[in-house]
Amino acid sequence: MNRRLLTVGALLALAVVVAVFPLVFTNPIASQYGVITLIFVIVASAWNLFSGYSGYLSLGHAIFYGTGAYFLAVAAKDWNLTAGAIFWLLPLAGLAAAIIAVPLGLVALRVRRHTFVVITIAFFFIAQLSASNLSVTGGSSGVLVPVPNWDPATYNNPFYYLAALLAAGTLAVSWLIRRSRFGLQLRAIRDDEDRAAGLGVRAMPVKLTALVASAFITGMAGGLWVYFIGQAIPQFVFDPLFDLAVVLMAFFGGLGTIAGPVLGALVLEPTQQYLTSTETNGYQSQILFGVLFLLVILFLPRGVLPTGAEYLARARARLAQRRAAPGGGPASQPATGDAA
Amino acid sequence: MGKEIGQAIAAGILGGGVYALMAAGLTLIFGVLDIINVAQGILVVLGAYLSYALSVHLHIDLFVGLLITVPAMFVLGVLIYWLFIRPLRGAERTSMTLLACFAVALIIEGVLYREFGSGYVSITASYTASSVHILDFYLPDIYLYGFGLAVLAVAALYLILYRTTFGRAVRATMQNPTAARLVGIDVNRVSALTFGIGTAVTAIGGMVYGAISGGFTPNSGYDLISRLLAIVILAGMGSIGGALVAAVFMTTAEALVDIWQPDWAVAVFYLALVIILTVRPAGLFGRSAVRAQ
Repeated sequence: MNRRLLTVGALLALAVVVAVFPLVFTNPIASQYGVITLIFVIVASAWNLFSGYSGYLSLGHAIFYGTGAYFLAVAAKDWNLTAGAIFWLLPLAGLAAAIIAVPLGLVALRVRRHTFVVITIAFFFIAQLSASNLSVTGGSSGVLVPVPNWDPATYNNPFYYLAALLAAGTLAVSWLIRRSRFGLQLRAIRDDEDRAAGLGVRAMPVKLTALVASAFITGMAGGLWVYFIGQAIPQFVFDPLFDLAVVLMAFFGGLGTIAGPVLGALVLEPTQQYLTSTETNGYQSQILFGVLFLLVILFLPRGVLPTGAEYLARARARLAQRRAAPGGGPASQPATGDAA
Repeated sequence: MGKEIGQAIAAGILGGGVYALMAAGLTLIFGVLDIINVAQGILVVLGAYLSYALSVHLHIDLFVGLLITVPAMFVLGVLIYWLFIRPLRGAERTSMTLLACFAVALIIEGVLYREFGSGYVSITASYTASSVHILDFYLPDIYLYGFGLAVLAVAALYLILYRTTFGRAVRATMQNPTAARLVGIDVNRVSALTFGIGTAVTAIGGMVYGAISGGFTPNSGYDLISRLLAIVILAGMGSIGGALVAAVFMTTAEALVDIWQPDWAVAVFYLALVIILTVRPAGLFGRSAVRAQ
């Protein structure tokens, strides 16, 4: 009970911080960081919703992100939409990504482990190649999104609050799925797919549903992102570093947890933005990023939250043991790292 | 047109030999360690830059330079294994090692950008510009030398694997690491050496790639690794002979499509991969065990 109160309190505090952030930091650079970070909160949570829960590591989520981005850019141009009206395209951008995810999933989800990872990479490169060679995507020069004529001082705010709303929605979906029978089936697949199938889990529809849901959210995030930056160019929209960044965020915080990817995005994306803005040479930030990645994998292989929870549980158990030692009372129940 | 097709097939087969060598390293590492070394692409590029640096700054012949770059890459491979791969254990090992390799690739790419910049570089020597005239085709000398070298290296890999005690230990580890350990094989040592050998071949592959690709940048690693992965998966993971066939098939198909549709030629690689995996998830020569969790 106490624990639940704590969680609710923390969530409320977080919501307040997110809500007032652009009011306190009125500097456009700060709110720009805010928008991009929130977009990564959405994407990392969406990625986790599929890969973290099911154990199928996707290195191709940029496909869905890019599909959403290109859909929004092209649709806004073709339908002559401007300013706020473009935001109504976001669900359609998500839908476009979800539709792409169905055939992709039907092929890729037939194989497991390494092969699945590699297939997602292959699909990613097909998508990148298509974006630079098709006429609908404007080839290598890309597509421009109409820039809304909002007041420069508060220009970022609509993007910011929409991203915050989407992030909250994504977290709610993650939480619902995790608690549901569907989420249990996904985690059963992660732990042992053959056994899960033997127990009556219809693996393919479950995996595909998770992938499509994840793609839908990622597509919306991609649409929002491209509207924010104003242009869709193949090498930025389909960026291999994007996939890696998302995976790193989820791993950093804790794979398969709800708060983990959020923490990962909140810590890593501003760091990444800061590094790119201070280092004039892109390679410095890339090297640092790689080193950070290695450190996380080597020293926090299960993520900050699960490792931290384990550490806390162990410390608490030791404390309880010491207290109980004279009386020989029962040791406290160690909390599982999975509960974070 | 007939001549163009013939030329494309010849170039595809010769180029395929080089890709086969690079893919052999990848598939060997996969077979023994159950790791997808996604850094293989950037390691090839690193090998190419090393050859480039040796030939431009120290005026060492490309083939003589391999006497330096091959051992250097071998040591690098052993180091990568020992520092970043060996410590990773547990249920998530598969994905963790893949990500670790990706991180290593990022770092190497960053270092290459710092040392060599982002401009195109190509490796030249007297024999990269000349060509021989066989049966109506002009074949660049470097393609022939590169192909010969690649075939020799793949043959050497085969001999090591099937004619030496070390190779027997490697194959035992491939089949069952636990049982291999039980009969007294130092699995860690075998793994480190295998990673070293798998990396060392990128020195040769990189030199030839650098000479025949007509220019490369640190960014070329992505293109390379996706091709190599396509070849390895198409062949069936862990199959060196399969990698040879798949590499020649893929590069020839790409060279043929390139005649009509240069922009889409690379897509042939990935499309072939997708189609084959839809029909045969274990790859052309793979064991069905690849599918098991």
